[in-house]
Amino acid sequence: MTEDRLEADLAAMWRIRAFEEKLQALHKSGELIGSVHLCIGQEAAPVGACTELVDGDALFATYRGHGWALAKGTPTRELFAELLGRATGVNGGRGGSAYFSAPEYGFYGENSIVGAGASHAVGAALAGKHDGSGRIAMAVFGDGAMNQGAVGEAMNFAAAFDLPVLFVCENNRYSELTPINDMVRNDQLTERATALGIPATRIDGNDPARVRSTVAGYAAEARNGGGPAFVELITQRLVGHYIGDVQQYRTRAELEADGLVEPLAVATSALAGSGVDTDAIEGRARAEIEAAAEQALADPFADPDTAKEHLYA
Amino acid sequence: MPELTYAGAVNAALRRCLEELPETLLYGEDVAKPGGVHGVTRKLWKDFGDRVFDTPISESAILGSAVGAAMLGRRPIVEIMWADFFLVALDQLVNQAANVRYVSGGRLAAPLTVRTQQGNSPGACAQHSQNLEALFTHIPGLRVVVPSTPQNAYDSMLSAVHCDDPVVVFDNRTLYFGEKQEVDTSAAPAPIGGSTVRRTGSAATVVTWGAITHRVLEAADRLAADGIEVTVLETPWLNPFDHDAVHASVARTGGRLAVVHEANVTGGFGGEVVVRALEAGVLSARPVRIGAADGRIPAAPALAAELLPGTDRIETELRTLARD
Repeated sequence: MTEDRLEADLAAMWRIRAFEEKLQALHKSGELIGSVHLCIGQEAAPVGACTELVDGDALFATYRGHGWALAKGTPTRELFAELLGRATGVNGGRGGSAYFSAPEYGFYGENSIVGAGASHAVGAALAGKHDGSGRIAMAVFGDGAMNQGAVGEAMNFAAAFDLPVLFVCENNRYSELTPINDMVRNDQLTERATALGIPATRIDGNDPARVRSTVAGYAAEARNGGGPAFVELITQRLVGHYIGDVQQYRTRAELEADGLVEPLAVATSALAGSGVDTDAIEGRARAEIEAAAEQALADPFADPDTAKEHLYA
Repeated sequence: MPELTYAGAVNAALRRCLEELPETLLYGEDVAKPGGVHGVTRKLWKDFGDRVFDTPISESAILGSAVGAAMLGRRPIVEIMWADFFLVALDQLVNQAANVRYVSGGRLAAPLTVRTQQGNSPGACAQHSQNLEALFTHIPGLRVVVPSTPQNAYDSMLSAVHCDDPVVVFDNRTLYFGEKQEVDTSAAPAPIGGSTVRRTGSAATVVTWGAITHRVLEAADRLAADGIEVTVLETPWLNPFDHDAVHASVARTGGRLAVVHEANVTGGFGGEVVVRALEAGVLSARPVRIGAADGRIPAAPALAAELLPGTDRIETELRTLARD
C-alpha cells in the first residue's frame, strides 16, 4: 500500500519535473519567453498536499506554481499553451508562466506579487462560510513571503475569524536570491503562526507522504470548524529563482547536497528493490509531457484582436 | 419618499443591497457594532448577522479577502475608513482586483465595492485630507464614483454593488450629516456611469464632482446674479466617464470649459477631461482647471483654506472664463 502510494507520488512528481525541464528546453530554444520560475526540487509539496483538497476547495499559489496547478489537475497541454502565448492556454495566454489561473480545477491562481495570494485564500474561506460549501482554502507561498506584511495580516484575519485556511509555506531557504536566515532573527517561521494562535508544524517537505498526512490532519480540523493552520515545508530549489538566475550565491557543494535529498531522488531510492520500474515511470512522464508540449506548440497564438476583451463585464 | 442625510442615504442603499443580494457582505474597520467612525453603517449588523462584521486594522487583508471572496461568488462591500489608508494596501486593488477578470479571460471576476471617504475637513491632518480619485482613474479594470448628494450617494452605491467589477466609491465626510433631502429609494439599480446637469447656462460649461460641486453651484449662483449663466455638469462617475455629455455641453457654451475638483491640479482627473475636450475639437477658449494647490494639506484651517479651492476663487476664475 505504502509502495503503491509512493509509486503514484513518484509518477506525479515526475510529471511536474518533466514539465519544468521541458520549459527549460523551450526557453533555451526561444519558444518560451519571459520570466519563468521553476519548482524543480519542490515537487513533493504539491503532490502531497493537493490530494487532500476536494472539489469546491480553493488553492492559491505563487509564481512558482506550475507544480501546484498540475497537481490540481490542470491539463498539461493547456498549461504549456498558456506559457507559450497560445489561444488554447488556460487564460488564453493572458496569465503566462507567473500569473495564470485555472478555476475549473480549483486553482485560483498564481500571483506575481510575493504574499498577495494569502488574503485571497482568506476571502475564499470567508465565502465558504456564507455559501454553504464547506470549502477550505489553501494559500501557498515561500519563505520570503513571511516577511511581507500582507501575509501577516492575512494570517491574523483568518485566525480572528476561525476561517478554514491552510497556510503552506514552502521554505526552500532562499527568498528569491537571498537566504531567508539572513533576513530573520528567529528562523522558526512556525512561531509566527503560533504567536497568532494558529497551529503550526515544520516538516520535511521532500516527503510527499509526510506532507499529505500533515495537510490531511489540518484539513480535517479546518473542515470541522477548527480554523486555520500553518505548515512549513522544508525543501530546496535545485535551480535558480528564475530561468537565467546563475545562482552565484550558492556553492556547488550545497547544490550537490540538495540533490541527495530532493524528493525524486529520495522516492527513487526508497523504491529500489521493490520491483517498481522507476525508469519506466520517468519515461511515461516524459512521453506525456513531450506530447503535450508538441500539441501546444501546434496551437494557434492568441488572437491580437482579442487583446482588449474582458477588461470589464 | 424618505428624507435622508447623505449618510442616511448610503445606509439605506447598503441595507437594500444586503436585503436584495444575499451574496453581499459588508465589512471593514469599526463598521459593525460601532456603526462606522462616521456612523454611516449604523445598525446594519443587527439585521444581517455575520454578513456585517468588524475587522482588524488590516487594509491589505480587508481588500485582499474581498478579492478572494468575490472570486468565489460573494459580492463584498468593504470600507477603507479614510482614502489615505488605501495607500498601505493598493496592491490588492491595483495588482489584484483590477486584473482578475482580464487576466483570467473572464473566467473569474471581482465584483467588489470599496467604500471610502476623502478630502479635507477643518483641522484634518495631511494624512486625512487627500483627494485620491485620480490614482484610481489611472487603473484600467477599476470603476470610480464620487457622489455629492443623498440621492446621488444612494444611486451610486446601488449601481456600484450591482456592478460585476471592482468599484471604488469616494464619499466626502463633510457631506454625511448635511441637510436631509428626499431620496427615491424605490427605483431599480441603474447601470454605472452618467452625469447630471445641475444648472444650465450658455456662458461656459463647468464640470465637477464630489463635495466641491456645492461650492461650484454657489459660485454659479453668484455669477447668475450678475447675469452670467453657466452650465454645471456634475460627473460623479469618473470611470466610466461621460465625455460625450461634456463635449456636447461645451459645444453649447461657446467652447468654454472649466473643471473643478478638490484634488490638486497636477495629474488630477481634470487634466484628462480637458485634453479629451481638446481632442474632440470642442474648445474655443483657454480651458480652466481649478483644484487644490500642488502641495501638502496643513491641519490649521486657515492654512488649508489658502490651498483648497473656495467659492470665491471658483467664482473669480469662472467669471474670467465667461468673459474670454
